[in-house]
Amino acid sequence: MKLGILFSGGKDSCYAAYISKKEGYEIGCLITVASENKESYMFHTPSIKMVKKQAEVMGLPLIFFNTKGEKDKELLDLKKAIEEGIKKYNIKGVVSGAVESVYQSSNIQKICNELNMDCFNPLWKKNQYELLGEIIKNKFFVIITGVFAYPLNKNWLGRKIDEKFLQDIKELNEKYKINISGEGGEYESFVLNCGLFKRKLRIIGFKDYGEKNSWRRELLVK
Amino acid sequence: MEEGVVGKMILVITTNKEKLHYFEFVRPVEDILKLKSLNFCRVHFKNLKKYDLKNFDKVIICGTSLRDNDFLLYIKNFEWIKDFDKPVLGICAGMHMIGKVFNGSLKKKTEIGLRKLDFKENFLGLFGEKEVYELHNYYINLDSLKDFNVFSFSFDKVPQAIKHKKRNIYGVLFHPEVRNRELIENFALS
Repeated sequence: MKLGILFSGGKDSCYAAYISKKEGYEIGCLITVASENKESYMFHTPSIKMVKKQAEVMGLPLIFFNTKGEKDKELLDLKKAIEEGIKKYNIKGVVSGAVESVYQSSNIQKICNELNMDCFNPLWKKNQYELLGEIIKNKFFVIITGVFAYPLNKNWLGRKIDEKFLQDIKELNEKYKINISGEGGEYESFVLNCGLFKRKLRIIGFKDYGEKNSWRRELLVK
Repeated sequence: MEEGVVGKMILVITTNKEKLHYFEFVRPVEDILKLKSLNFCRVHFKNLKKYDLKNFDKVIICGTSLRDNDFLLYIKNFEWIKDFDKPVLGICAGMHMIGKVFNGSLKKKTEIGLRKLDFKENFLGLFGEKEVYELHNYYINLDSLKDFNVFSFSFDKVPQAIKHKKRNIYGVLFHPEVRNRELIENFALS
């Protein structure tokens, strides 16, 4: 079955794609919906434009869809993006990196059901500590590109997700209930290299925006 | 699957044709059993043979995705439920097959997402108002389920939780591996 991956460039969507490929599925395309609304529950991600570079090093076509990020319209835009994947690349199923968010997952399920698409969520309900551990073990090179919760701050931007990160975030989980895999939007990440990439992406510049406990890093990679 | 396993053992039966669905519909159930240090084996319904069943003390039949309905063509592979004298829990697709085996008919009804259900009596630890996670395009029609009690409905007619009147055969239309994980724990530990 040929699949379209809902792709944000972060660790979860990338790892969901990795599992799909490992299980023998063909990836037909990546599908990115980029929201202009930074409050978007579905799609707001720092460095989102750099998914174009990730698609390049994965050798995969990318459907890149801009949305204003108004609550219901952004779901219509997601539907349009998936329809484009069906039309152009003949995908029969959609993969998401949803772990815990019932809101996110239910919306994707509804859209796929309307389009007669099978919907796959290979990270669904996975223990988040184990999930991060697997991502590290499988040699994903992932950095933090956004923090949005106390006590995370600017110093976390650019940090690599490694064993030290895992221990630190676990401590913050115990102390401040910070979600270990950032599923509640506490942090966002960007994958610079993994088993799906033909080569590692190199950071050639970045700009940080924000204040206090809310920061995002816009990367330039090549 | 191993044969001749000694001790308490739960059989987890998978219904998904697409193997990528394992991660969404089966692994979360297995994780619950692992957390309780319970022994289990996993087998796809097409690979289940009658002689395997005697090695197991309980059976959980897992669900699968909205569009992965191949299992509906294989009612004969679930006929063993009629004679199996140990507890069975069917989740979504599993409940469909329990219903079909007991002459139930499938009806179309799509429910996706969270919903509040009212449990009038204790159902594997669920009692009163509970929020459940739904993901189904079909349900088993109540009129044809003469051998079962219904513990909770949605839309006044869609049975969400059923138990055989005389035997320990349970079915849930919602997904307790997503919300209300204690239902699976209670079934497995009871």
